[in-house]
Amino acid sequence: MTNADIFTNQVRRVLGIVRATLGEIFEESAYARFLDRHGLTSSREAYALFLRESEASRGRRVRCC
Amino acid sequence: MSKPVGAVVWVALAAAGALSLATIAIHRGEPLSAMWLVVAAICSYALGYRFYSKFIAAKVLALDSLRATPAERLENGRDFVRTNKWVVFGHHFAAIAGPGPLVGPVLAAQFGYLPGTLWILVGAVFGGCVQDFVILLFSVRRDGKSLTEMAKDEIGRVGGFVAYVAVISIIVILLGVCALIVVNALKASPWGTFTIAMTIPIALLMGVYLRGLRPGKVLESSILGFALVLLAIWGGQWVSQSPTIGRYFTLTAPTLAILIILYGFAASALPVWLLLAPRDYLSTFVKLGTIAMLALGIVALRPTLHMPPLTRFIDGTGPVFAGNVFPFAFITIACGAISGFHSLISSGTTPKLISRETETRMVGYGAMLAESMVAIMATIAACVLQPGTYFAINSPAGIVGQTPEAAAGVISGWGFPVTAMDMHGLAQAVGEQTLFNRTGGAPAFAVGMAHIFSHSIGGQALMAIWYHFAIMFEALFILTVLDAGTRVGRFMLQDALGHVWKPLGRTSWYPSILSTSALIVLAWGYFLWQGVKDPLGGINSLWPLFGIANQSLAIVALCVATTIIVKMGRARYAAVTLTPLTWLAAVTFTASYHKIFDPNPRVGFLAHAQQLAAGPNAPTTARLIFNDRLDAMVTGVLIVLVGVIVLESALGWARVLSGRAEARVREAPFVTTRFATEEQG
Repeated sequence: MTNADIFTNQVRRVLGIVRATLGEIFEESAYARFLDRHGLTSSREAYALFLRESEASRGRRVRCC
Repeated sequence: MSKPVGAVVWVALAAAGALSLATIAIHRGEPLSAMWLVVAAICSYALGYRFYSKFIAAKVLALDSLRATPAERLENGRDFVRTNKWVVFGHHFAAIAGPGPLVGPVLAAQFGYLPGTLWILVGAVFGGCVQDFVILLFSVRRDGKSLTEMAKDEIGRVGGFVAYVAVISIIVILLGVCALIVVNALKASPWGTFTIAMTIPIALLMGVYLRGLRPGKVLESSILGFALVLLAIWGGQWVSQSPTIGRYFTLTAPTLAILIILYGFAASALPVWLLLAPRDYLSTFVKLGTIAMLALGIVALRPTLHMPPLTRFIDGTGPVFAGNVFPFAFITIACGAISGFHSLISSGTTPKLISRETETRMVGYGAMLAESMVAIMATIAACVLQPGTYFAINSPAGIVGQTPEAAAGVISGWGFPVTAMDMHGLAQAVGEQTLFNRTGGAPAFAVGMAHIFSHSIGGQALMAIWYHFAIMFEALFILTVLDAGTRVGRFMLQDALGHVWKPLGRTSWYPSILSTSALIVLAWGYFLWQGVKDPLGGINSLWPLFGIANQSLAIVALCVATTIIVKMGRARYAAVTLTPLTWLAAVTFTASYHKIFDPNPRVGFLAHAQQLAAGPNAPTTARLIFNDRLDAMVTGVLIVLVGVIVLESALGWARVLSGRAEARVREAPFVTTRFATEEQG
């Protein structure tokens, strides 16, 4: 493996982590897990169900000052 | 890296840190480059993380990577989810970073850059990071229990009750102060008001877009929302220049206060998906981007600090808020050094995402270091301003006078030259009518940030856009805290009232939702109204109250942590949490004493009430006296409750150490991780 390959892999890894972090912060990953758990595909109805399920925990989430 | 090379690197880093700190501390006369602060911070954080947090992880907490975390044992794909440590780090940082580390350091800059900088560095490395780290780990070992539950289990019922009262008090005071900062930033500012007003329909649009058009595409809708916000900033300039539309957005402080109170009520009662969630996404998107941009701007431009290291106001006569550098610098800067509020997040969502115990070090300690760096950047943003400009923006009219000429005269008389013409020119450059009497910290930070950015992109021509971008960024932060805080306060109140009458505890029953939302909004709205009507700008009395409440919560968290460390049989290491606890107790108790009993009416609530009572009887006098007495009572109640929890904890430690009580921690039983082979391999 050349140095360029190693560098490209590292960059890919970092971008993957950034993407995963954003996915977690913006709850896209939570939605994907919800779809997996219930065997659903993304749709308005599925998203509405997801919102209903996460409403309670979402509302209790503290944001610091 | 080989051991000798590693040792050389760490010694070099320590030397660079020591040199930077010495320069910051000793330098006098000529302006100082902001890079000294940046280097001192990076070196202190690196050393603190590498050595101190490692010591805590190994010796005090004995982190065990073979022990299954609740994210593994209780994994349900919803709340408990094993998550990559970097992802948890980002998630945790996004939750702890709010307006606090931006506003506190700006206000504390009235003492000069030195006290704030030292407190941010020392407070974070030895206090804030330790608190966040240990509370996170203890919550992980207790299936993600909250701080109040841990206080009840480990200290006793009184501890649990005090923690509950401290949490709800801090939420109410925090929301009142946050709302006041927004009001002071937006009063008589049609540009800013328009931009912030637009964020409400933008958030609603995002909510509808997410639910109806592109389900689940949050990042996409946040980018769209951000583009619309930028458009609103650009449009705000046009609105501010339009005589017909501009006047609808030129609002007085009381009008803005009423609108924000109504907004808070609506945000708490509306469904989460419609307003709270999209605004939270938008705010996080802007927050992460702007913090990164500010860091790059500071490193690339290496601005010069014009504020002296120490000002004459360390003697307690400061115009921004009254009180000596000790204890007031240490309660003014909470987030960024140590913030009790973080313990709620460290015992909230984060522990349920941790995959391995060993990752709590990076997430708990590391994310707080990142937040501390934000506070250093805020200090820099405030101190790049000429001191005269800084004081002109942050001094209330009640102290420096009502007219620009009078204010400029008073401030110049303090030795910080500024003219009414300079301030008029600056106000015009940032698209405002005036920058005098803009207390609260947000406008000063925005001017500093615009000053830094305008030296890189767009020059003076874009100064106004940058200023309003910074105001939007802060106000968006704050309104998100307001939305989330009001709702959390409402849930807490519903939980408590549910014990009195069951239907009140039902979070889906509309009469309960509306009545508890109204109670919480009225509580913080009262503090907001009090601040708006205060001739000294409100920040002078309310920010210290917030600081006391926040640090009281940190005392509660550190009491819980010390109790658990003692019960774990590691009392010889208890100094790790006992030292910041002792310091914070000294700071908070002294500050509370001064705020209640100090004979100086600018400091003591009761002395101020007495002064008002002895003066001419204006229609508002009775209300102002009542407010002072109420603030004194709130401070007194908080500090008595915290005193009780400190006493109860200390008695518990004594009983355990003398063998009169069993040292039994209430951890979840040890279960070996399924990934043990992976760990050992």
